[in-house]
Amino acid sequence: MTKYKALIGLEMHCEVSETKTKVFSAAENSYKETPNCNVSPVDMAFPGTLPVVNKEAVRMALMASMILKCSQPEYFYFERKNYYYPDLPKGFQTTQETKPIPSGIYGEVEYELDGEIKKVRVNNLHLEEDAASLDHYSRTSNIDYNRAGVPLLELVTEPDLHSADEAVAFLEHMRSIYQYAGISEADSKKGQIRCDVNISLMDASKDEKDSSNWGTRTEIKNVNSFGGVRDAINYEIERQTEILENGGVVEQETRRWDEESGTTIYMRSKVDAIDYKYFVEPNIPKFKISQEWLDEIRASIPELAMDRKKKYIEEYGLSDYDAKIIVKDKKISDYYEEAIVAGGNPKGAANWLTSIILGHLNKTEIEITDLYLTPTMLVELMKMVEDGKISSKQSKDVFYKVCEEKKEPKAVVKALGITKISDENILRPMVIEVLEAHLDLIEEHRKGRNVFDFFVGQIMKQTRGQADPTLTAKLLNEEISKR
Amino acid sequence: MRYMDKTIEELHELLVKGEVTSDELVKESLEKSYEVQEKCNAFVTILDDAKGGEVTDNLLSGIPYGVKDNYSTKGILSTGSSNTLKDYVPFFNATAIEKLNKAGAIKVNKTALDEFGMGGTGTTGHTGVQKNPWDTTRICAGSSSGSAAAVASGVYPYALGSDTGDSIRKPAAYCGIVGYKPTYGMISRYGLFPFASSLDHCGVLTRNVRDAAIVVDNMKGIDPNDMTSWDSSNINLLKSCTGEVNGKKLFYVKELCNIENYPNADQNLKVHLENFHKTIEICKSLGMEVEEVSVDRNLLNAVYSVYRVIHSAEASSNMSNLTGIIFGPRGEGSNYIEMIKDHRTKGFSPLIKRRFVIGSYVLQKENQERYFKNAQRARRLIVDKWKELYKTYDAEISPVGLGPAPKFSDLNKKYDINTTALDEHLQVGNFGGFPSITISNGFVDNLPVGICITGNCYMDENVLNIAYALENAMEYKGQIAKEVK
Repeated sequence: MTKYKALIGLEMHCEVSETKTKVFSAAENSYKETPNCNVSPVDMAFPGTLPVVNKEAVRMALMASMILKCSQPEYFYFERKNYYYPDLPKGFQTTQETKPIPSGIYGEVEYELDGEIKKVRVNNLHLEEDAASLDHYSRTSNIDYNRAGVPLLELVTEPDLHSADEAVAFLEHMRSIYQYAGISEADSKKGQIRCDVNISLMDASKDEKDSSNWGTRTEIKNVNSFGGVRDAINYEIERQTEILENGGVVEQETRRWDEESGTTIYMRSKVDAIDYKYFVEPNIPKFKISQEWLDEIRASIPELAMDRKKKYIEEYGLSDYDAKIIVKDKKISDYYEEAIVAGGNPKGAANWLTSIILGHLNKTEIEITDLYLTPTMLVELMKMVEDGKISSKQSKDVFYKVCEEKKEPKAVVKALGITKISDENILRPMVIEVLEAHLDLIEEHRKGRNVFDFFVGQIMKQTRGQADPTLTAKLLNEEISKR
Repeated sequence: MRYMDKTIEELHELLVKGEVTSDELVKESLEKSYEVQEKCNAFVTILDDAKGGEVTDNLLSGIPYGVKDNYSTKGILSTGSSNTLKDYVPFFNATAIEKLNKAGAIKVNKTALDEFGMGGTGTTGHTGVQKNPWDTTRICAGSSSGSAAAVASGVYPYALGSDTGDSIRKPAAYCGIVGYKPTYGMISRYGLFPFASSLDHCGVLTRNVRDAAIVVDNMKGIDPNDMTSWDSSNINLLKSCTGEVNGKKLFYVKELCNIENYPNADQNLKVHLENFHKTIEICKSLGMEVEEVSVDRNLLNAVYSVYRVIHSAEASSNMSNLTGIIFGPRGEGSNYIEMIKDHRTKGFSPLIKRRFVIGSYVLQKENQERYFKNAQRARRLIVDKWKELYKTYDAEISPVGLGPAPKFSDLNKKYDINTTALDEHLQVGNFGGFPSITISNGFVDNLPVGICITGNCYMDENVLNIAYALENAMEYKGQIAKEVK
């Protein structure tokens, strides 16, 4: 692959999941397993229905546009993209073309790959509606209109990516932006993220900035997971390389990613390109976006992953590695932030997350939002250790019991009967007793043999691990030196 | 005793005094519906189980009316006069219907139209042609053909219409009644089957101007379901009908209204334009100033092409929901494309299909700039010209059509190209979304003809008042069709 350089552009569709209602109708916008329960007459295009723009969806589109450093339009328009398909009730999709200006144009995104900051130019960002979803069976196809009219943000990049790794890192970064900005859960398991990938190969020795050096591109449609994007890009690079190596010519065409076979399949050539007959939606009067509103939106952009990571490293003293792990998933990061607000020690809480909680989530396959131990409980648990009420080892047992039995930490501690024995009046007689029983070992100890741990072990055994280790060591030393 | 030829205010008074009941009115209206169905084929559905309603302070309460069949009526067949929706029973009401329900108005039938409002002859609906009650060998014009025939025949005092080019105002003129479309967005279009969204208006056909004011006062209002609707709560149309028009300024367009423009004019056109100028004299006698203005012929001649390009384009897209998949008869075929094709091939009349072809053609990438975008630019130039005139004048007065309603047998006759601009002139009112009302101004060849008053956006009160004053100065108000031949 040194001979060729891949130029990759992405069209990333992300459902806006955080509005109450759909983009042009009053139906609820929420992911539902039960088909056809979030549907209004508008979503099914019953005769006479009209679109009403969801202002909140527009606000989110403009916010995303700002985060991507795009220019925002002075007027907001929608356009009709006309084509027939059973998942499209109106026979057109209400969307935004690049003319007139959509939600955003000409922006730039910085993302990180292996510690290196890279840039992708954004051609445009537009707000549109999702189509219904189709389920195909052997003899019939079922239509679920829950998804019809869900707001969708389509981000179109310039071909500034060069490998599957870059593409996936960029997509992960975008997902994080949508999650942190409160725009979308961006969950590909719920089908909320879907991509089209453009790929061309060029002579690696030539200048990438001169577009006349670019090769012919193919477009791969319907790639619905990040893993799929990675595989599709790698497959397509290989396919195009092979064509070029054999002296062939790459045709400009649209291909489809087939997850099952792990290949891209020919759909249509350039000459069969569909004419969507775009025109401005007459039922939505163009509306002016005021500077005040833009300022208000800009001021309301929440802290994004990059900002939080910086804060964790610089203010909380976390390692780059830990900070990265925590901000990767907004829900984890939110949990962490809550723990700190609840008075948790930043480093301690981070340790808990990275060393215990994340592992537990992985193992039990649950989301952190489903974890019974709330951030406040975590802080409570950390406090018990700090105050010497339980040992650090015990706290882990308590954690698992809390999650398993869905009980408050205090209740678990009580039920287990564990409280750290840090009472000298209890421990000293035990220490004396152990030493009395092993007078020979005291001799050994004096001769230099390490039997100290054995004495500690005996105390722990008797107290079922509840003895305060520091105090135990101190008492042992005192009693040994007395003899 | 017959009641259905009375005005809304007269009927209300009779109802309030208890001299007639709402049930009796409904019964008479239904009986009359069957009579008019026989004669004119005006209805898609007659609501046999319609019952009288409570009489309240609202002038419309307890009084029967008709609904054009392109309004969505909950639980009542709503076909748009198209085979694609021949069995479609909506589960929601159009906003305008909802408002009339609240007013206590009683629906008694659904009136036939040109399929989805597309057409000006009343001959393309799926239930057959509508005949003019004055002369059944003639058209009513369209697309509100059934509503016009029914109101003119005295089935009820009013029926709802919709107007994309002149679909309320022309049939009203040809049937000797009043047709009013208010400013774009004054009445919500939610639930009106769309034809060309940027041109579509809801409105009403009545037999006098005050009735039109009363009905639209009840239908209008901002609607959260229609983003193009606007708040008109400060407008009271009925109150604006004072008849005080002294000093109002009207204009008419010389290039349209003077007979010298038509070297091949037939007798009807001559008499129609003579009659128009007589009406202008009446306007002057009422204290209004009427001036002749000149408008660039290129603009006037462009109106029809602009209208055709824009409405065909919008219609081709608006009616893409008619696939037979969600509603309407399911087409046959082994895949969805065949099913949709089958549904649409069987469902639409040839006229609509022709317009879809034109609409698709003008929207295609390679043609859009030349046709669709240019049509939009020309539309803006035309509207700008009229807005400029409205800075000086309160309203335009124009003749409607080329005389009385044509005969069915003459529909395919080659027409004089010079007269197109006059025949299609009312479309300017749709380009600008202007309030526009037709009233009857006499007879040509024993058949009714009309004039149209059109004003600037939001000036509905002014337009209605001028029409009201003029109507009172003439003798055609409230007339019921009498078969003349």
